[in-house]
Amino acid sequence: MSVTPDLDARFRAAAAAAGIVDVRFDIVPSPIGDLFLAATAKGLCRISFTPDQAEDDVARTFGVRMLRLPLDTVRRELDEYFEGKRHTFDLPLDLRVAEFNEAVLHELARVPYGRVETYGGLAAKVGRPKAARAVGTVMNRNPIPIVLPCHRIIGSNGSLTGYAGGLPVKRALLDLEGATLPL
Amino acid sequence: MMQAVQSIPPFESFYCEHADPVLGYLRRLVGQQAEDVWQETFLKALRGYDRLSHGEHLRAWVFTIATRTAMDALRGSSRDAAARADVDVTLLEVPGHDGFDQAAFEEIAHLTHDLPPKERAAVVLRYGYDLHYAEIADALGSSEEAARAAASSGVRRLRRSHERDA
Repeated sequence: MSVTPDLDARFRAAAAAAGIVDVRFDIVPSPIGDLFLAATAKGLCRISFTPDQAEDDVARTFGVRMLRLPLDTVRRELDEYFEGKRHTFDLPLDLRVAEFNEAVLHELARVPYGRVETYGGLAAKVGRPKAARAVGTVMNRNPIPIVLPCHRIIGSNGSLTGYAGGLPVKRALLDLEGATLPL
Repeated sequence: MMQAVQSIPPFESFYCEHADPVLGYLRRLVGQQAEDVWQETFLKALRGYDRLSHGEHLRAWVFTIATRTAMDALRGSSRDAAARADVDVTLLEVPGHDGFDQAAFEEIAHLTHDLPPKERAAVVLRYGYDLHYAEIADALGSSEEAARAAASSGVRRLRRSHERDA
């Protein structure tokens, strides 16, 4: 006895309309693989390259009332970005991170499209020039990669260092943006 | 021995796991009205989901909501009133199994639609879905003895009509 797609869609629409969903999420295809997207009423709260882990993690942070629902605006802006037509995102964000992380992510958001910055350089911008390693940790835990462009942050020797989606993805994003690496 | 309390899964996982079985149950219980009652059941579950204290017995919990919603529908009470009613987020502590015979039930399951609503719910929950009498009692808003009595009276009635048919 299975629920028809129509009945399923009616339930999801009714749940969204009733305002009882804490987190909408979706898994969408992209040129760099499937992306997990999640948003609260406040804004986009997670982009992840590993959908299975992300679902439980987001539930712990933002609430268990999570339902898969289309996130049309987020998806459209990401599509435009991947087509090279969009250089900045106009999405409201819901960041629930520690104060230092928030300050770093705020500065990160200002690193322009197609440019790179070093971990140390970003640390200096938040007034903590010696905190390159701590900035690395913040990048590593960036809840909203791509939109918050941690792929633009590289090692002081010009190496790509690391990326949640894997180094080939980091390189692909920088290539898409036409960034030239100092080397 | 200490057992870790099961954490509450994201609602989507809960929904994917229980959407089909609950609809099947409601088809048996309320026939034509099943889809409406099903939607109301999951909306109530979602509304109360963030107030659950742990993730155990979620199956019994959603069947309880489904049963109560179905009983309201069968009693013809206003759907609006039922939708507004707050959902009980208390999860039962369930004692060990007492065994059941699903095969025997499947043979006579098609006859359950002739039973009175309470007996139908008790029989289907017990033998079709393996719920315990404590859970069925909670779903029916009755005592455990009354749930047991409703199920056995339902089974007797089913056997009689099965013999008549045979």
